[in-house]
Amino acid sequence: MLKQFVTDARRQCVPWGLFNEGVIPPAISRMKIDHPENLPKMHHRRAVLASLVACSVLPAWAQFRVEVSGVGLTQLPIALAAFRGELASPVKLSAVVLADLERSGRFKSVDMTGLSMDETTRPDLAALRQRSADSLGVGSVTRLQDGRFDVRFRLWDIVRGDDLGGQSFVVPAADLRLVAHRIADYIHEKLTGEKGVFSTRIAYVTKSARQHSLWVADADGENAQIALASPEPIISPAWSPSGSQLAYVSFESRKPVVYVHDVATGRRRLLANFRGSNSAPAWAPDGRSLALTLSRDGGSQLYAMDASGGEPRRLTQTQGIDTEPVFAPDGRSIYFVSDRGGAPQIYRMAASGGTAERVTFAGTYNISPAISPDGRWLAYVSRINGAFKLQVMDLASGTVTGITDTLADESPSFAPNSRLIVYATQQDGREALMTATLDGKIKARLAGQNGDLREPSWGPFQN
Amino acid sequence: MRKMGLVAVMVGLLAGCASGVKLDDIPVEDKAGTSVAAAGGVSARSADPVGASKTGVTAVDLGKPGQDAAGPAGPSVVYFDYDSFIVKAEFQSVVEVHARHLRADAKRKAMLEGHTDERGGREYNLALGQMRAESVARALGLLGVAGGQMEAVSFGKEKPAVAGQGEDAMAKNRRVEVKYR
Repeated sequence: MLKQFVTDARRQCVPWGLFNEGVIPPAISRMKIDHPENLPKMHHRRAVLASLVACSVLPAWAQFRVEVSGVGLTQLPIALAAFRGELASPVKLSAVVLADLERSGRFKSVDMTGLSMDETTRPDLAALRQRSADSLGVGSVTRLQDGRFDVRFRLWDIVRGDDLGGQSFVVPAADLRLVAHRIADYIHEKLTGEKGVFSTRIAYVTKSARQHSLWVADADGENAQIALASPEPIISPAWSPSGSQLAYVSFESRKPVVYVHDVATGRRRLLANFRGSNSAPAWAPDGRSLALTLSRDGGSQLYAMDASGGEPRRLTQTQGIDTEPVFAPDGRSIYFVSDRGGAPQIYRMAASGGTAERVTFAGTYNISPAISPDGRWLAYVSRINGAFKLQVMDLASGTVTGITDTLADESPSFAPNSRLIVYATQQDGREALMTATLDGKIKARLAGQNGDLREPSWGPFQN
Repeated sequence: MRKMGLVAVMVGLLAGCASGVKLDDIPVEDKAGTSVAAAGGVSARSADPVGASKTGVTAVDLGKPGQDAAGPAGPSVVYFDYDSFIVKAEFQSVVEVHARHLRADAKRKAMLEGHTDERGGREYNLALGQMRAESVARALGLLGVAGGQMEAVSFGKEKPAVAGQGEDAMAKNRRVEVKYR
């Protein structure tokens, strides 16, 4: 078994200096570049100096470190030129793109020292082939008069000498990292045939001495921003299918209560504050309703509620514990945990309730189900010889695989492309987040500098 | 040392952001269902003008934790065996003290807060803690306490009484605390 330390994800700065700047609304605009020769000549302008200073002074808030293990893993060699103008931009775009690609375990970086080019350049194929690059990414970033940034990018197949197309974005400074992630997604999809998840977001919770915080970060762990800071615990965040809201359990009123929170505006809505405990929110795929666990009628039982609130509809009728509901991607069934058989196991029933069939059989403690967005995989946590281990079940065959070496895995959540799982675990006595491929061969660790990290939830694809 | 300095700078910047911009439209919460006692003041900051950024997040800070009211003198914690919800005979006296206190004044209300040790999942432990809290509620009910005077809730494994992973620590964390608001 080969164990190789591949990369320390590039330290990228959060553009703190720009947080309060009055940038102009329009979100990302996007177009395809088809003819590099026809691009207008761009002006080169100095970007906001303050943010540059902030960039050089501040360390990254948190970052993923990547470990790749496994034999015979092919990595595509890609050359990524520094984007023209990126030294004057608040975000070093090429570094973010390259870190994304390397963290996926599917790419390796080719040295570009001494070569400078942008999306308008026709690359010197011979020189790049000599450096063993199979593909090349080039681009530019230019600050516009209104303070936004124009980012352009082009991908080349060096082996065939083909232009693989490009992208162009006009965005406020705060979205430059998002643009870099979208470029990485573009490269990933063009070269591997699979959709990338670099431009998605992950929510998680940190606990420090006096504060519990709910964070929203880019999928690489950077650009982490606090959505909620509370003196009491926060658990079970769940992204709405639109990716704009989080449902979660907050203990701020010193009992578990379910909120729905719009992360852009900070507007919060109390969804369930019934007598007893309110917990385990799960969105239906259409975003119109949620399943959750309430104890208002005694015990912990599953209910469905409209996303706008109102009267819960009871889904289960047992004397014991039914909790941790998750919807299948088609919305027709719910997977959940029940102790109806004497020990916690994962079951499946119709989304409207009714009879349930048992899904897990090995062992006496199987909890925290997560279903991949393509519906093929069930991830869950199983107690095995006193340790809590992340398991992945192929739902078609029932085959179960353990994919971790750690002993206290918790709370798995699938990436929207169904290729990665993020989960919480303990390493060196600290709580950390990990991402893993479904075969467990490629893992990355989100190292927190701000207390223990837990309760990850991977958000959906964003347009 | 230098690293800590940097962190302090960052925290300072964050704090600066936190107090810099106030949302125009307070209240920030739409409350549905029954009302919840706000735990301290709620403040929010705007990371960017709304709509400007696709990745901007507005922070909500809930401030300080709430305070409990005083209960009767004496112990107010019932401990449980591993994987058990049975109120052991040795804790019957604790239950009786609180039953008397509640019966003496119908306006008093007790929160029965169930807790577990750290082993296992957060949500499943929340459900286990709820079973413990409901066991104590039943024991109080048998002694004549009205259902409306108590509420069984759970913190799962989120608020251990004692840090540590030994059996001693874990035994102290498997508990129900009787609290008054």
